[in-house]
Amino acid sequence: MTVRRIMGIETEYGISVPGRPQANPMVLSGDVVTTYAAARGIRPARASWDYADEAPLRDARGFEMNRAVAHPSQLTDEWGDPALDDPTMANVVLTNGARLYVDHAHPEYSSPEVTNPRDAIRWDRAGELVMREAVQRLGTVPPGVNLYKNNTDGKGQSYGTHENYLMSRRTPFLDIVKHLTPFFVVRQVMCGAGRVGIGVDSRTNGFQLAQRSDFFECEVGLETTLKRPIINTRDEPHAVADLYRRLHVIIGDANHSDVANLLKMGTTSLVLAMIEDGFLDQDLSIEQPVAALRAVSHDPSLTHLLTLRDGRRLTALDLLDHFHERAAAYLDQRWGRDVDEDTREVMHWWTLVLERLRRDPMEARREVEWVAKLALLEGYRERDSLGWGDPRLKAVDIQWSDVRADRGLAHRLSDSGRLERLVSHQDAESAMTQPPADTRAWFRGTVLERFPEQVVAASWDSLIVEVPGQRNLQRIPMMDPHRGTEEQLGGVVERSASMADLMAELATP
Amino acid sequence: MAGQEQIKRDRRDDGPDDLPEPTPVAPTAQTQDIDDLLDEIDGVLETNAEEFVRGFVQKGGQ
Repeated sequence: MTVRRIMGIETEYGISVPGRPQANPMVLSGDVVTTYAAARGIRPARASWDYADEAPLRDARGFEMNRAVAHPSQLTDEWGDPALDDPTMANVVLTNGARLYVDHAHPEYSSPEVTNPRDAIRWDRAGELVMREAVQRLGTVPPGVNLYKNNTDGKGQSYGTHENYLMSRRTPFLDIVKHLTPFFVVRQVMCGAGRVGIGVDSRTNGFQLAQRSDFFECEVGLETTLKRPIINTRDEPHAVADLYRRLHVIIGDANHSDVANLLKMGTTSLVLAMIEDGFLDQDLSIEQPVAALRAVSHDPSLTHLLTLRDGRRLTALDLLDHFHERAAAYLDQRWGRDVDEDTREVMHWWTLVLERLRRDPMEARREVEWVAKLALLEGYRERDSLGWGDPRLKAVDIQWSDVRADRGLAHRLSDSGRLERLVSHQDAESAMTQPPADTRAWFRGTVLERFPEQVVAASWDSLIVEVPGQRNLQRIPMMDPHRGTEEQLGGVVERSASMADLMAELATP
Repeated sequence: MAGQEQIKRDRRDDGPDDLPEPTPVAPTAQTQDIDDLLDEIDGVLETNAEEFVRGFVQKGGQ
């Protein structure tokens, strides 16, 4: 494989009401979801997410009809209007194939499944625009609600940005742990979003590379909200479990820098490809990886020496150079000059960013998010003689991630050309409503767009639809993320004038 | 989508082998750029930073 594989990004947004720190974040998050859904004509419902167990499937297109689970009347009680019911359960599927819902005390946007890092950042940026629209709409009633694409409040709490990568089930999990752990310890040097404050509650003044690093306590584990592990073992493939594993990565930061975001998804996918192919022969295991993760994050000079289990002492950049070199050799051996464009793009930025960081980290300010943030903060420190504990610097850190175009500092840097932009605003905007064409998200989003009244519930791997005139609801399993693309089903959906037509078409072998 | 394809090609024409040289930026120009940026951001930064930071309290998530 190359950088291309099924992937996606889920982001929990920070939420607050200006001047009202005590406001209930669960209710506010529900408001965000229901406001956006209502404005876009999407029917929010408690039961719109299908948690049912999966049935086997398979026709040539990967679909199989299942006679249904329940009569519509049995579900109507779960179909209550969340505005009258419990807003904290708000949960909708968007026509771009994404899921927008309340996760704990944060609004979360889970991107649709895509096949490459560039699309991952495009539909991630679409999620930011969804949140921005909700903020604009809620702002018509002061004081409104503000949303932040960051991962900590600097006072001891963190909320996640998770990456998902579809992997072969055959790869032994221990191989993943062995190679991915050292990679995750050093990846933050390229992908960290930067943070003011050291320690989960910022008890020490200073700046560090990543938002999340201080919140990790274990090497491997199932938890995501406490005792967070570097490698998360959640095994919920949302696909045929015999074939696939969905690697759920919880260690990354939410990114505003397109290059950092592209490298986060792209280099991780490449390292996974090398693990799957058994290409990584060297053991780069680091002594005490949890402590090492923090030490790397706390060192903007990038000079900290990590101790490997074999006794070597290397910097994070040395390790990244090693992974980069292996990836180049791997791609050369497997593909030579035929490597795909997505992979070429990732390798281009990976090479450039490592060279600039090596020469002088400040040279990477257009590409690497923590460097861009640090450059801004150092500007303030110098001009106004501010110490790292100054509230103005902490305010800059928080406001960096404000989703509003005029107030969000990262957006101002992007808009003024100071942060490299890989995906245009227009492409991110169209991705708010348009699904990726080349995964099952296309079918999910398109059916929802075409037949909004008939889609009763959806999940990553199924749709439950109501066919007028039929007593039972119908369930369409979608267990293969590669199936349900525009190429496979574009004609079928186009020919179908009604849901009944569509179901008949799908049932035809 | 033509727009995106165009951007893709522009970006990707230079493969890993021929990286653009980093544009050398004169220190004075860099300082000027930071000064301009700070001036711009001063205008949008929360006026009461201390209260803003104190008020940004989140519940834990995943």
